[in-house]
Amino acid sequence: MTDRFEPLIIGFTCNWCSYRAADLAGTSRLKYPPNIRLIRLMCSGRLDPTFVLKALSSGADGVLITGCHPGECHYIEQNYKALRRYLLLRRTLAQMGIEPERVKLVWASAAEGARLAEEIIKMVEEIRALGPLNWPAADGGRGTGDGKYPASVIHPPSEEEVTA
Amino acid sequence: MSANGKPKFAMYWAAGCGGCEIAVLNVHEKILDVDANFDVVFWPVAMDAKYKDVEAMPDGSITLCLFDGAIRNSENEEMAHLLRRKSQILVAFGSCATEGCIPALANLSTPEEIFEAVYHGPTTDNTHGVVPYPTVRVLEGELHIPEFYPVVKTLDQVVPVDYYMPGCPPESHQIAAVLDLVIQALHGQAALPPRGSAIGAGNSTVCDECPRTRHEKKIRQFVRIQHVQPDPTLCLLEQGILCSGPATRSGCTALCPKAGMPCIGCYGPAEGVLDYGARLMTAVASVIDSQDPEEIEHILDGIPDPAGTFYRFNLAGSLLRASKPAIMSPPPAATLRERALALTPEGGEEGK
Repeated sequence: MTDRFEPLIIGFTCNWCSYRAADLAGTSRLKYPPNIRLIRLMCSGRLDPTFVLKALSSGADGVLITGCHPGECHYIEQNYKALRRYLLLRRTLAQMGIEPERVKLVWASAAEGARLAEEIIKMVEEIRALGPLNWPAADGGRGTGDGKYPASVIHPPSEEEVTA
Repeated sequence: MSANGKPKFAMYWAAGCGGCEIAVLNVHEKILDVDANFDVVFWPVAMDAKYKDVEAMPDGSITLCLFDGAIRNSENEEMAHLLRRKSQILVAFGSCATEGCIPALANLSTPEEIFEAVYHGPTTDNTHGVVPYPTVRVLEGELHIPEFYPVVKTLDQVVPVDYYMPGCPPESHQIAAVLDLVIQALHGQAALPPRGSAIGAGNSTVCDECPRTRHEKKIRQFVRIQHVQPDPTLCLLEQGILCSGPATRSGCTALCPKAGMPCIGCYGPAEGVLDYGARLMTAVASVIDSQDPEEIEHILDGIPDPAGTFYRFNLAGSLLRASKPAIMSPPPAATLRERALALTPEGGEEGK
């Protein structure tokens, strides 16, 4: 056991290229660090920037977005949408003071298991060097009644209250 | 119920501009219905009342409380807790209370940067370098002012909220409709929507209310409204003017686009949208007509302030809520307290 920082990275893969690249890395017995948790989408064009922000605000130290190479998208050109969203999101995140290394976009074809593994190794080391993100959890939140406050007499109970 | 048998009404402003109160008064003669149906017990803008008057009220005795303004300091938070305790229906009223609004843009800066800009900036004449300290000891004893928080919070980040009424400010016809609904509910003639809903707004987007003509959008460059004469009938986004309509909740009847101004998103996220800025970034990035990274970057240069544009009204209510340096800042109160106590008159005059 060591006490070095192990980053937690969420990786989004597309069903047709990068997920298969990760699969290939596995069947080829290529090693990459277990710090990345892969989530398969049908296409990188499905990647809503919300997913990235949700990951970062819920404890991830970095997010890796992957997809088919430009021109090779299974859905013709949706990976270009992913590219544009990524470039715009990157500008916003820079203003929010989040280091650019924490959110990356990598293209990997189904044949590029080795390349994907390399990129993952590189990203884990970069984020390890940056240190944890540790985004503070939001306090309170919608409808978090804790019994301190009187129940309303005229508003209908919420669904949670009914089922509880 | 008060002595005159009417349910009690309160309205309070925290970190806001007072525009919400104006919007309430803009319901014109409908305000007489409020007076006819409610006993107004607390409304600092409209009548004199002290915080201790509210403290003296039994818990849950205020039927309807409209709370506008964000939570910027400890006084705002204290009043949020107090009014939550005293109120049966607490409405986060307006954009500040629901999602932070303009005050929450300060969440892009650290408290040090804010204090520097406000008390030592080029537009401030402050030769003695006077800064408000939360606690100061003077000959007569200790003086306290509310503590400045590192980041602005929404109302529901400090207390549970029954309903959300978006808008900066909420449109008066929507306020009138909500007041009508509550009055009918009090008389048992109508049911209130489920707790936690947005009220006084639509469930769709501003685009759905916008009369402008829409085609498939392909944007080669973004232009700013002050540099162009927009076509009066064509979708503004199609003209390269960054319009927030696709992500913004309906309910305002698309007032701004109708008047030739782009929507800036004051009605907040449309139903089901978790992060307003992310939704708007998704929409805007999708319609850029380029597949070349360099060209895309060049087109994006047309949006000089992405965080301020996509989170203009929503930063405190967004997933990240603030910039990394701001949200990681310690509360400034502790360091300010130390500095203030160093200013204490010599010889321990406290209590004299």
